[in-house]
Amino acid sequence: MSILVFIEISEGEIKKSSLEAISYAAGIGGDVTAIAFGEASNDALSAAGKAGATKVLHVADEKYKQGNIQAYASALAAAVESTGAETVVLAKSSLGDPVSARLAIKIGASLATNVTELPDTSNGFTVKRSIYTGKAFANVDLTEGKRIIGIKKNAAIIKEDGADAAVEAFSVSADDADFKVTVTSQEKATGEILLPEADLVVSGGRGLKGPENWGMIEDLAKALGAATGCSKPVSDMDWRPHHEHVGQTGIKVAPTLYIAVGISGAIQHLAGVNSSKFIVVINKDPEAPFFKAADYGIVGDAFEVVPKLTEAIKALNN
Amino acid sequence: MKILVCITHVPDTTSKIAFTDGNTKFDQTGVQYIIGPYDDYALARAVELKEQSGGSITVLNVGEAETEPTLRKALAIGADDAIRVNAFPKDSFFVANQIANAAKEGGYDLILMGRESIDFNSGVVHSMVGELLGMPSLSPVMTLDIEGSKAKMTREIEGGKEYLEADLPLVLGCQEPIAEWKIPNMRGIMTARTKPLNVVEPADDTVRTQLSTYEMPPAKGAVKMIDADNVSELVDLLKNEAKVL
Ligand SMILES: Cc1cc2nc3c(=O)[nH]c(=O)nc-3n(C[C@H](O)[C@H](O)[C@H](O)COP(=O)(O)OP(=O)(O)OC[C@H]3O[C@@H](n4cnc5c(N)ncnc54)[C@H](O)[C@@H]3O)c2cc1C
Repeated sequence: MSILVFIEISEGEIKKSSLEAISYAAGIGGDVTAIAFGEASNDALSAAGKAGATKVLHVADEKYKQGNIQAYASALAAAVESTGAETVVLAKSSLGDPVSARLAIKIGASLATNVTELPDTSNGFTVKRSIYTGKAFANVDLTEGKRIIGIKKNAAIIKEDGADAAVEAFSVSADDADFKVTVTSQEKATGEILLPEADLVVSGGRGLKGPENWGMIEDLAKALGAATGCSKPVSDMDWRPHHEHVGQTGIKVAPTLYIAVGISGAIQHLAGVNSSKFIVVINKDPEAPFFKAADYGIVGDAFEVVPKLTEAIKALNN
Repeated sequence: MKILVCITHVPDTTSKIAFTDGNTKFDQTGVQYIIGPYDDYALARAVELKEQSGGSITVLNVGEAETEPTLRKALAIGADDAIRVNAFPKDSFFVANQIANAAKEGGYDLILMGRESIDFNSGVVHSMVGELLGMPSLSPVMTLDIEGSKAKMTREIEGGKEYLEADLPLVLGCQEPIAEWKIPNMRGIMTARTKPLNVVEPADDTVRTQLSTYEMPPAKGAVKMIDADNVSELVDLLKNEAKVL
C-alpha cells in the first residue's frame, strides 16, 4: 500500500505531531511518502525517515510558504495522483483539518479525523475516532477506495529506528483560484512550548484571582518544562491569551501530565483534558468536581501549595 | 448581504453520554438538545453583521423533524428564515453535500457555521462545503469584519493567530471570540413562530463512511489524595508511580 503523509514544518523542523503521523502511517504498513511545504533544509526533512518515511516531497515554491488551505489541498491531490497513494495521513491541527476536508472532496476519499488508533484492516478499513469531545469513541468504516485519516495527538509513538529519507523537490502547477485568501500576518508565541503539542501542561483557573498571580503558574511550568493553559473565564477576562484556553470550546490537550490549579472542573473544561494520561488537581474546595477526574489531588490553597510544589520539582531536577 | 448560517442540533454540553442496542445507538434518555456552541457564535456574528449593514440571515440544519425547535430558537435569535434538509445527518460528507446543494442557487455572500459539531467533532464540513461550491473556506475563524466586498479575519493557529483577507463569498468555520452569544428575547420568540421554516428533501444519499459501533473510554481509577503539607509525596508519586517526571 502506498501512503502519503502531509507534514507540517515549524521553525524549519518537522512538527512533533507530524512525526507521529509518519509513524502512524508506517504502522499501517506500506510505502510511506511524506510531503512538506515551505522553508526547511534537506537535513531537517530527511529526518522524516527516522520516523518511518522512505521519501519526502518538498514543495519549496514561495507561493506555498504561507499555510494556504486551498493551495495545499490541490498540491496534495497532485501528490496523491503522482504517488498512487490510497491512504493519506495527517495530524489533526488548525491546518490539517481544513486541508484534509478539501482534499477528500478533490480525490473522492472517505475521511475520518480525531483518529486515536491504528486501523483495523481485517475486514475493510475501520478506524476508531474520539467523539463527544473525548467522552466516547466511534468505530467507523472508511468505505471508499481512497481514505484520509487525521490523527489525534498520541495516536502513535514516534519511531526513531528508520534511515534518512530521500528528499525530492515536488512542483505543482499553481491555480490562481487557489490563492484568493491572503495571509497578511501571523502572531505566534515563539520559544514557548505550544499547548496543543505539549507533554506536560500546568493550567490555572479563576481560583488564581487575577493575572498578577500567574507568575507562580509560570514558575511551576518552567520547573517542569510544561506549557501553560487556563480555563475559559480566565481567557474571557483577558487574564491570559485566548490560545491558552483549554476545554470544549478551547484547545483540547492530550499531555502525559495535566496539572489543574484553582479550576473547578466543569464538564466543559474536562472535555478538553480527558485525554490526558495523568491529572493532578489542586483546589481548596474538597467538593470540586475536578477531583473525580483526577489521578492525584491536593485539597489546599494554591497560593501555598504551588510554590512548594515548584520548589520540590526544582529539588528533584538538581 | 445574504448570510447562510448552518447549525447543528447537538446534546447539551453537560449531557451524560451513553449508548444502547449493543452500542450501536446514542441513548437520548434525558438528553437536552441545543444549537452547537460554535454554531451559536456563527449565528451571533451573522446577527451583528445584519444589524450593521442590513441583509438577511437564513439558518439551515440537516436533520429530521425533531430538530425544528433548535431551528426555531435560531429564528428567535435573529435569523429571517430557516431551511431544514429532511435527513438524518449520516456523515460529514453527506451533511456537506446537502448544505452545498441547498446553498448552490442561494447567492449567499457568507456561509457561516461552527468550527466543529460537539457530537462528532470532525471539524471538516465547512471546508468540504467550500470545496464543493468552489469558494475559499477558513476555520477556525476568531474575528470577522466586512468592508464592502472584502472580509478581514483572524484564524486560530497552534500557539497564536493568523490575520487574513479575502473577497466574498466565503465559507467560514467560527469560534469564540467572534461574537457574544445571543439569548432570544420574548419578542424574538414570538416572531420566530411565524417566520418561514422550509423543509426540503435531501439531494442524494451518498455517504463515504459507515459508523459500526460506539465505545466508552475505560473507567477511571479512584483519585489518590495527598496532604497539602506533603507536596514532596506528590512529586514522588509522579516520578515513581506515574513515571511522568
Ligand atoms: C457551552 C459552554 C462551553 C464552555 N467551554 C468551556 C471551555 O472550553 N473551557 C472551560 O474551562 N470552561 C468552559 N465553559 C465554562 C465552564 O462551564 C466553567 O464556567 C469554567 O470552566 C469555570 O472555570 P474555573 O474552574 O476556572 O472557575 P470557577 O468555576 O470559578 O472555579 C474556580 C475554582 O477555584 C477554586 N479556588 C478558589 N480559590 C482557590 C485557591 N486559593 N486555591 C485553590 N483553589 C481555589 C474554587 O474552589 C473553584 O473550584 C463552557 C461553558 C459553556 C456553557
